[in-house]
Amino acid sequence: MTQSVVVQVGQCGNQVGCRFWDLALREHAAVNKKGIYDEALSSFFRNVDTRSGENGPDIYKGKICSLKARALLIDMEEGVVNEILQGPLKDVFDSKKLITDVSGSGNNWAVGHKIYGCQYRENIVEKLRKTAEHCDCLQCFFIIHSMGGGTGSGLGTFVLNLLEEEFPEVYRFVTSVYPSGEDDVITSPYNSVLAMKELNEHADCVLPIENESLFEIVNKIHQMINSGKLGSTVKQNSLVTSSAGSAKTLQEKPFDAMNNIIANLLLNLTSSARFEGSLNMDLSEISMNLVPFPRLHYLVSSLTPLYTLADVNVPSRRLDQMFSDAFSRDHQLIQADPKHSLYLACALLVRGNVQVSDLRRNIERLKPSLHFVSWNQEGWKTGLCSVPPVGHSHSLLALANNTCVKPTFIELKDRFMKLYKKKAHLHHYLQIDGMEQSCFSEAISSLSDLIEEYNELDATKGGPRIDPSRLKIAV
Amino acid sequence: MSIVTVQLGQCGNQIGHEVFSALCSDICGTHGLCSKKENESYHDSCKERFFYEEESGVSIARAVLVDMEPKVISQTLSMAARSGHWKYNSRSHFCQKQGSGNNWANGYSVHGPRHKEAIMNLVQKEAEKCDRLGGFFTIMSMAGGTGSGLGAFVTQCLRDAFPTSFILNHVIWPYGTGEVIVQNYNSVLTLSHLYQSSDALLVHENDVIHKICAQLMNIKQISFRDVNQVIAHQLGSVFQPTHTAGEGSGYSRNPLGDLMETLVPHPEFKLLGLRNIPQMPENSLAYSTFSWPGLIKHLRQMLIANAKMEEGIDWQVRPPHPGSSIPSTNKPLHFNTSIANLVILRGKDVHGVDLGSFQDPSLYTSWLNPQDAFSAWKTPRAFNKYEKSASLVSNSQFLLKPLDSIVGKAWNMFASKAYLHQYTKFGIQEEDFLDSFTTLEQVISSYTNL
Repeated sequence: MTQSVVVQVGQCGNQVGCRFWDLALREHAAVNKKGIYDEALSSFFRNVDTRSGENGPDIYKGKICSLKARALLIDMEEGVVNEILQGPLKDVFDSKKLITDVSGSGNNWAVGHKIYGCQYRENIVEKLRKTAEHCDCLQCFFIIHSMGGGTGSGLGTFVLNLLEEEFPEVYRFVTSVYPSGEDDVITSPYNSVLAMKELNEHADCVLPIENESLFEIVNKIHQMINSGKLGSTVKQNSLVTSSAGSAKTLQEKPFDAMNNIIANLLLNLTSSARFEGSLNMDLSEISMNLVPFPRLHYLVSSLTPLYTLADVNVPSRRLDQMFSDAFSRDHQLIQADPKHSLYLACALLVRGNVQVSDLRRNIERLKPSLHFVSWNQEGWKTGLCSVPPVGHSHSLLALANNTCVKPTFIELKDRFMKLYKKKAHLHHYLQIDGMEQSCFSEAISSLSDLIEEYNELDATKGGPRIDPSRLKIAV
Repeated sequence: MSIVTVQLGQCGNQIGHEVFSALCSDICGTHGLCSKKENESYHDSCKERFFYEEESGVSIARAVLVDMEPKVISQTLSMAARSGHWKYNSRSHFCQKQGSGNNWANGYSVHGPRHKEAIMNLVQKEAEKCDRLGGFFTIMSMAGGTGSGLGAFVTQCLRDAFPTSFILNHVIWPYGTGEVIVQNYNSVLTLSHLYQSSDALLVHENDVIHKICAQLMNIKQISFRDVNQVIAHQLGSVFQPTHTAGEGSGYSRNPLGDLMETLVPHPEFKLLGLRNIPQMPENSLAYSTFSWPGLIKHLRQMLIANAKMEEGIDWQVRPPHPGSSIPSTNKPLHFNTSIANLVILRGKDVHGVDLGSFQDPSLYTSWLNPQDAFSAWKTPRAFNKYEKSASLVSNSQFLLKPLDSIVGKAWNMFASKAYLHQYTKFGIQEEDFLDSFTTLEQVISSYTNL
């Protein structure tokens, strides 16, 4: 069994990360009834003997003593991390695995990346090494951050770079929250594009998330609950937006519901690596199957179901609805339209009581309405994990490598160019040591190249299918 | 003679478990509708082939379990132990932590060399436990990374370490509509490599078995376990003891050798397909009776028309007129030409069955005598509660279309260079792909021109 380490950077990264750990504990508590520290738990948690204090040794087998998250919390201002450390999860985090500062990055990628990067480099490397040493077989780093600010974006991508240098064999999966058009941070296009270049070059897989989509999902659920149609028949703990513990919905912080969705995404992504199933799908398999060309590693994710009704018996038709939903816009975590764009590859990770015939039936049913690139007409990767998420009897995570991300990137580029043409706010960046005009031009060029790669693929869509002629051999 | 089974990857281990379960439940079950003496002889022969006994009397499977991640092996070991009738040797397994990531190159070029010694040590131990080693049976899928890549490497190692032993690879052909996106690459690389070191490849296609589950076994929600159990039944019908040398002789002492001798006359032709009839849900068994002539007729037409099961056979397909020498391009379309066939009959009244229709020369390619091309093995001992059961192992054009399809799709993907960087980073270069494609185009051409 392998381990993964979560590196949460910046305000957004830490808030999402906090939700992730909360829900991970809940998930394992639901499955692990005997309180034994097992391999599934070890993928994200250490078991520390804290009887003699916090620096006790790790216990690899036997009863759970004290679970510590395999996480590194980084933020250049203290507010968010402090709140986490005073909250209900304070014992889950190792107080030595934090890096904070006081003044923040001022929504400036250059401050995060160049100044704090340089300043904290050794500290970060040392803490990463320690975290890695506690792992028997480290397989993946998950970075959680936002693109629009300064710390998550700048320092977050600096850490990404570092991870590639120091741990080249370990996968780097990045969950990035992209800014919306109406983002109140004026310089978010600069920050995002500068960060994109790093993601292009150093990440193995990126899961872009847009707040608008999360917001719509939250609204949809609220409507469902408050409309009175379903009302109390919805299982509270099954909501993809709910927190663990008691349903103190009133005291939840504003972004909690949205962040829980991202947390659930990460849990589902790693479920097959942690729990058993008839067709396992590991993180390395996700990267292998969904990334046909190194830079095209942006995956559109969708989660179903968003909630479960309280009745237990789920007829087959409901199951098929789950598959259909995964391909509808309502369930996606970014504003994109994969159905009308070109699929390069698609992965379906199913959890719960679903068998291979259900999978096959639904793939057959949905295939005709989806456009796959000519060289990957049957480009499906499937996984079956027996353990469903808390509150559900089954669930589905769909990951698509699809050219529908292109409009998101084009929009980002446009917003960047609007500012850049007028050199607006540029001086804030250029005055930072190590930042030059070329950083900007290289970044925008990297983004343009990426868009162009997607364009070339789109151009093949709908055209006549000419299969290359086969090898001829002497008879 | 004993057979050592090597179970590779998730698929290989899941199927392997079902196979040993099926074999064990067959011999532990009913008397098999034959004399007590016959039954005892069958029981002993099967035990010797596939199991050895511990002091406690529990049968231990002659198997080595290999996987690059631990979950499946630990499940397999514990499921077997819970059966009460048999189990695996708890030390006869090798696993790692990370898996192969569906990457053939990772399985073949990285895990293979790295773990060669450990794995071959386990194999050696199992081989030494056999009084007489009859050969190796490996179970793997083509679509993933471990079964396919590491499996190809291990097969090579087996060939090097045991140059005179028989090696039969059981290969699972993935679903056509995809389980793994790079499955066609992995399949092409696997098949081309296995062709060099293996004696024969016995193939099961997931799509075919799935249909059998749906239409014949009436299973509504088909799981991989269901699929694997059908495969295990079919394999059992081939590997359980039979008389290869006519009535009165003992059970065959060299099952793999006999199989190779009858079915693989030429090293260019190693692909074997398997058909087994009848297949039905267990609770229908008591209500069904079959006649041998009926079963034989169906089986023959399944061969000729390349039907996958006893329903939906195309009865219009006929063999070409005998006697005339017909160039292969003029043969009737859809007609499945054979190189060699083996029919295995188990159950009631087996010895009187007329198999003359299988010796029709028009079924076969011209360069073999039908007497040499066709063999029959029989045993009165019924298998797995089926009063009568007939299996056909065929070296024919059965797999030509699926093979051509996989090679075509892989070539298509290769031409666009998609996913190649995933393979090159582990040492499999474009030239290696081209070599594999060339090997398989050759195989396709050979089978097409039968």
